[in-house]
Amino acid sequence: MSEIWRKDTEKLANEIRVKSLRMTSKAKASHIGSCLSVADIFATIYSGTAKISPETVDTPARDRVLVSKGHVAAAYYAVLESTGFIDLSELDSYCQDGAMLGGHVSARVNGVELSTGSLGHGLPYGVGLALGLRVSFPGTRVFVVMSDGELDEGTTWESALIANHHKLDNLVVVVDRNNLQSLDTTENTLALEPLADKWRAFGWNVVECDGHDVEKLRDAMNKTGPLMVLATTIKGRGVSFMNNSVAWHYRSPSEEELTDALIELEVK
Amino acid sequence: MRQAFVRQLLEAAKEDPNIVLITGDLGYGVLDDFAKALPLQFINAGVAEQTMASLAGGLASLKKKVFIYSIGNFSTLRCLEQIRNDICSMNHSVTVVSVGAGFSYGPQGYTHYAIEDISVMRSISKMNVYCPSDSYEVSVVLTKILNEGKPSYLRLGKGGEPLLHPSNLSSDFEDGVTLRSGPDATMIFTGAIGSQVIAAAEILSSTGIEAEVISFPQLSPISVRKIQNSTSILFSIEEHVTRGGFGSAVLEGLSEADSGRRVRMLGVNYDGYSLGSHSYLQDISGLSAAKIAKYVNSKLAS
Repeated sequence: MSEIWRKDTEKLANEIRVKSLRMTSKAKASHIGSCLSVADIFATIYSGTAKISPETVDTPARDRVLVSKGHVAAAYYAVLESTGFIDLSELDSYCQDGAMLGGHVSARVNGVELSTGSLGHGLPYGVGLALGLRVSFPGTRVFVVMSDGELDEGTTWESALIANHHKLDNLVVVVDRNNLQSLDTTENTLALEPLADKWRAFGWNVVECDGHDVEKLRDAMNKTGPLMVLATTIKGRGVSFMNNSVAWHYRSPSEEELTDALIELEVK
Repeated sequence: MRQAFVRQLLEAAKEDPNIVLITGDLGYGVLDDFAKALPLQFINAGVAEQTMASLAGGLASLKKKVFIYSIGNFSTLRCLEQIRNDICSMNHSVTVVSVGAGFSYGPQGYTHYAIEDISVMRSISKMNVYCPSDSYEVSVVLTKILNEGKPSYLRLGKGGEPLLHPSNLSSDFEDGVTLRSGPDATMIFTGAIGSQVIAAAEILSSTGIEAEVISFPQLSPISVRKIQNSTSILFSIEEHVTRGGFGSAVLEGLSEADSGRRVRMLGVNYDGYSLGSHSYLQDISGLSAAKIAKYVNSKLAS
C-alpha cells in the first residue's frame, strides 16, 4: 500500500513539474525554480496527507492548506488541476488576459483558501484558522507552505510565539528549504541558521527531512504541532540545468529549454 | 465612547459565541470585563499587530465576527497590508477598531496621533469606515457592523467624549444626522470634533449666522443625499488631515452626484509634531470652536 502511495505521489509530483514548466514557458512567467522545488511537498499534501478533496471544498470540517509562498502559483494550480479542483483549460490560460489563474495564488480559484503573493501572510492567517478550528472542528489541521526566504518576515516570528503560546497542535508548517531566495542564498542574504534550533527554542516540534522524499515528507507532516517541517529541497529540482540557480527564480523556459526539461522529466 | 463600545460588544458576544475580540496588548481597564466574562472569545495577540490582523482573517474565515483593537496607528497603519490582503480582499467580517482618534492622546506625542487613518482605511476596497462622535453613534454603528458582517473600520475617541445627540438614534444614519438647522451655512463633521463644531455654531449664532450642523458617523460608503442640493457653503470639519479624509470623501460623493455645491474643507493643517493637550492641539490646528467659527465667518464674508 505504501509503495503504491509512494509511486502515485511521485507521479503527481512529476505532473506538477511538467505542468509548471509548460505554464511558465507559455506565459513567459517567473518562479519555475521554486515550482520545481516545492512540487514534492504539494504532491504529499494533496495525496491524502491533508483531508481535502473537490467534494469537500466547502465543508467546514476540512483541513486547510495555505500556500504562503504565493509565487509558486503555477505549481499550486497544477496540483489543484491534477487532483480535480480546477479544469485543465484553466491551466492553459495561466497569466493570459482576463484569466482566472495569475502569477500569484488567488482565492478566487476553487480550492484556494487565501490569496497570497506578499510573503509572511500565510502563517499568521493559519494561526487564526488553527485557533478557530481547534475549537470548532477538532481533528482538522492547517497546513502552511512557506519559503525559506519568507522566514525573514517579522510576522513569521510573531506567529511562532503565538502558535506556541496557544499550543496549536493542529498547525503544520512546511518550509521549502532550498537555501536560495530572490538574489542570493538565504545565508548570504539574512542568515537563518541554526534554523531548526531557532524553531525549537520557540517551542515548536521541528522535523528536518528530505523535501523530495514523499514518504519522509508525509511522516514528518503527521507529527504533532505546532509543527515545523524543514524540508530540504533543491531549487529547480528535476531539471538539471535549473538546479540551484537564482536565475530560474525569474527566467522562464524558452521552447528549447522546455523541450530539454520535459525530456529529463518524462524519460525518468 | 470606548466604554460604550466594549459594553455593547460584550452584551452582543454573550448572545453570539462567534464574536471574538482580539487586542494587541492594549486596553488596560477597558477590556477587562469582556476578558473576564468571555475568556474563550477574547485573545491578547501580544504586541504583534500584523499577525493580529492576519490571524483575525483566519478566524473570520470560520464565520467568526472578529474585532481587533489597538491604538489609532497600531491597528491600521502598522498592519495595513494584512488588512488589505487578509481581511478586505477576502471580504471577511473583521472590524478594525482604533482608539485615540485625532489628537486624543495629547501629550503622548506624534506616534499616537491618528490623523491619516481615515484616508488610508477608506481607500481599501470593501472597507466600511465609521467614525462615531458620541456613545449614541457608537451604538447604531456597532449594531450595523454586527448585522452586516463586512470588513469595517471603527474609529473611536479615547474616552470621556460628551454626548452630542439628545437621545438614541435611529438606524438610518448613513446620510448624516442633523444636530442643528440653519439657512446660512452647513457644517458637517465626523467624530468627536463635533463638540467643537456645535460650539462654533453657537458662536456664529450669536453673530446672527445660523448654520446647519450634521454629523457623519459613516464615511465609507459616503452618502451625500442630504447635502448635495443646498446652495449655502458646505464646511467639512475633521480632526484628521484633509488629504483623503472626510472632506475628500464628501467631495468625491458630490462629484459623483454631479453637485455644484461649494465646499470648504477644514482639518488638521500642521505636521503633527507639536505637543500638548488635546484641546491645545485642536486649537493650533484651527479646530477649536472659536477658530472654526472664525473660519466659517471669513469664508461667508468672502
